[in-house]
Amino acid sequence: MTGQPAPRDAFAVLREATQARVALGRAGDALPTSRELAFRVAHAAARDAVHAPLDTAALREALGEALEVRSAAPDRAVYLQRPDLGRRLAEGTALPSTSADLAVVLGDGLSPRALQEHGPGTLAALRERLPGWSIAPPVVARQARVALGDEIGARLGVRAVVVLIGERPGLTAADSLGAYLTWAPRPGRADSERNCVSNIRPPHGTDYAQAADTLAGLLVSARALGASGVALKDQGAKPPTAGLDRSPPKEIR
Amino acid sequence: MTVRRGTVGGRTFEFGSLAELLAKATPARSGDVLAGCAADSAAERVAAQSVLADLPLATFLEEQVVGYDEDDVTRLILDTHDRAAFAPVASLTVGGFRDRLLGWAAQGDEAAITGLARGLTPEMVAATAKLMRNADLVAVGRRARVVTGLRSTIGLPGRLAARLQPNHPTDDPRGVMASVVDGLLHGSGDAVIGINPATDSPTRTTALLELLDETITRYAIPTQSCVLAHVTTTLQVLEQGAPVDLVFQSIAGTQAGNRGFGVTLDLLVEAQAAAVALGRGTVGRNVMYFETGQGAALSADAHRGIDGVPVDQQTLEARAYAVARAFDPLLVNTVVGFIGPEYLYDGKQVLRAGLEDHFCGKLLGLPMGVDVCYTNHAEVDGDDTDSLMLLLGAAGCAFLITVPGADDVMLHYQSLSFSDVLTVRQVLGLRPAPEFEEWLLRMDLLDDSGRVRDVTADPRPARTLLAAAEL
Repeated sequence: MTGQPAPRDAFAVLREATQARVALGRAGDALPTSRELAFRVAHAAARDAVHAPLDTAALREALGEALEVRSAAPDRAVYLQRPDLGRRLAEGTALPSTSADLAVVLGDGLSPRALQEHGPGTLAALRERLPGWSIAPPVVARQARVALGDEIGARLGVRAVVVLIGERPGLTAADSLGAYLTWAPRPGRADSERNCVSNIRPPHGTDYAQAADTLAGLLVSARALGASGVALKDQGAKPPTAGLDRSPPKEIR
Repeated sequence: MTVRRGTVGGRTFEFGSLAELLAKATPARSGDVLAGCAADSAAERVAAQSVLADLPLATFLEEQVVGYDEDDVTRLILDTHDRAAFAPVASLTVGGFRDRLLGWAAQGDEAAITGLARGLTPEMVAATAKLMRNADLVAVGRRARVVTGLRSTIGLPGRLAARLQPNHPTDDPRGVMASVVDGLLHGSGDAVIGINPATDSPTRTTALLELLDETITRYAIPTQSCVLAHVTTTLQVLEQGAPVDLVFQSIAGTQAGNRGFGVTLDLLVEAQAAAVALGRGTVGRNVMYFETGQGAALSADAHRGIDGVPVDQQTLEARAYAVARAFDPLLVNTVVGFIGPEYLYDGKQVLRAGLEDHFCGKLLGLPMGVDVCYTNHAEVDGDDTDSLMLLLGAAGCAFLITVPGADDVMLHYQSLSFSDVLTVRQVLGLRPAPEFEEWLLRMDLLDDSGRVRDVTADPRPARTLLAAAEL
């Protein structure tokens, strides 16, 4: 690799103050090769996280008993362009009716890798914290958006659904898992009726125990209230935002 | 409602409304498929374009896509339409208008093109864009001259400004200032130093405004600051005495879309008046900053017009510009590629949309800039953003958004880097805003040929500004 690293003494004050890519140096008016390649390494990890398919066999092995479904989006390209299809079950999907309190859906979302790495651990931690709850068999869902959990929850006949789903990869993290709780799930629920715990990604982000503590607390409150979402706002719900709103976006909804 | 018909290759296609005709004539993009209004085939698309080409421009004054009675953006468009400005093109069809614009552009007749702005409606301009190729959008866009100013002048010929976007995940002052200093050292920040706050709170907004104001004052930088909080937050801190240069707001092309953003036209009137009254400008009085983007209305389920017919996202985007121009903004930019692949799927769609938005904004009289950007789940990469930034430079774009190393560590998306703007300026012979260029010279940041020095090779000229990062 070529490229001139900047003199550390003069620009260290910038680099030490932020994780942003400051004081990168220059090759003419462009970035030095080393900086250019470092950016590509991060982008490649994010791209691969979006497109590498979920290894459902490995995931089911980690989970033990599990059901498996897919959304109405037949492949990744359609999934990315038609979020509406990712929110509906594929035609002919069979799910058993249960009378469980809770279902947990494990969806690939925008980072199958995040689900693969952090889904089983998060589920196990959540189970430990809900001793009095009956929990339906976990459902592995491919080409899934968050709202797919509404239809799955309704078919299973559960009182609440938690969707664990891969978040959109960024350049700093390609393996963040999100968890979305919806009380009384049924198709048509609004995003404002959910509560979210994001950036589950130990050791850098939220760890499984913290995420499960928050989720279990939200579930208990939701059961007492008979609702989730903005009603539970103080415990971590964020209001839904339109696409241009420049708060950190959540395209996995 | 008029049914219009077009025949291509022996097949006849029917278009039941003006909104349907516009949508089917739109070059392919994922957002229109998602909305269910895209052409079903290439033949249907070109049939719609042929019908549109023969449509009199004046049709758009008689027939609407979003109803007058139920939408205040439509009322704004029609109630402020300037018939005298429209007169030179009043008898033309959409296709004839495209030809006329290209003729004026080839002759370099900026006055003819620029003088039309208040006589054109967003729908007229959007329709024309649908008949244009990318090169047409560049050729005409560069001849529409829109100049604005507050403490720097935006939009002059031969100039390309840059917004310095020093976002930080926790709004940490040291973290923000590190990016501000890095950007200034790259000659970025002449359009605005504009922060998207991680948290939209009055306290946070005021702290960031004071931080930027202090820096701009201390180094006498001829530019303006902005914290891109919600307009209601900005109004609140302005009334409490915070140093507000620019009032920011995201806007959309329908009343319902603006409701989704929590704004009304009256609120924007109030905000503009409050910021103008502060008198913080030195070279102008433009105090508003707007962001828009194709897909914004659809993402808020606010994209339908008369009889519930979906309106295509490019037409809705142009309607957002009608909102913007009512408030004489200093800066307007489309955030092309930010909202996601369900609206603009790949590099081809993003490139096309960026050029359309720039063209439509400029023709309607806006100081149009672009955030050339992408997310990791779109089929877009740095090669695509390179192509668009260079085409926008050629198209006379007023400003581009820049972030450190092309990576926004708060919003988690990729935009242009500070060095990207150096490349565009160098390749196309463009210069920063004149007041800012003089400041760079005073700071010894330009070499003898007017190029921004590489201070990482020789840090001496950087020492003054590096002190600003020592908080």
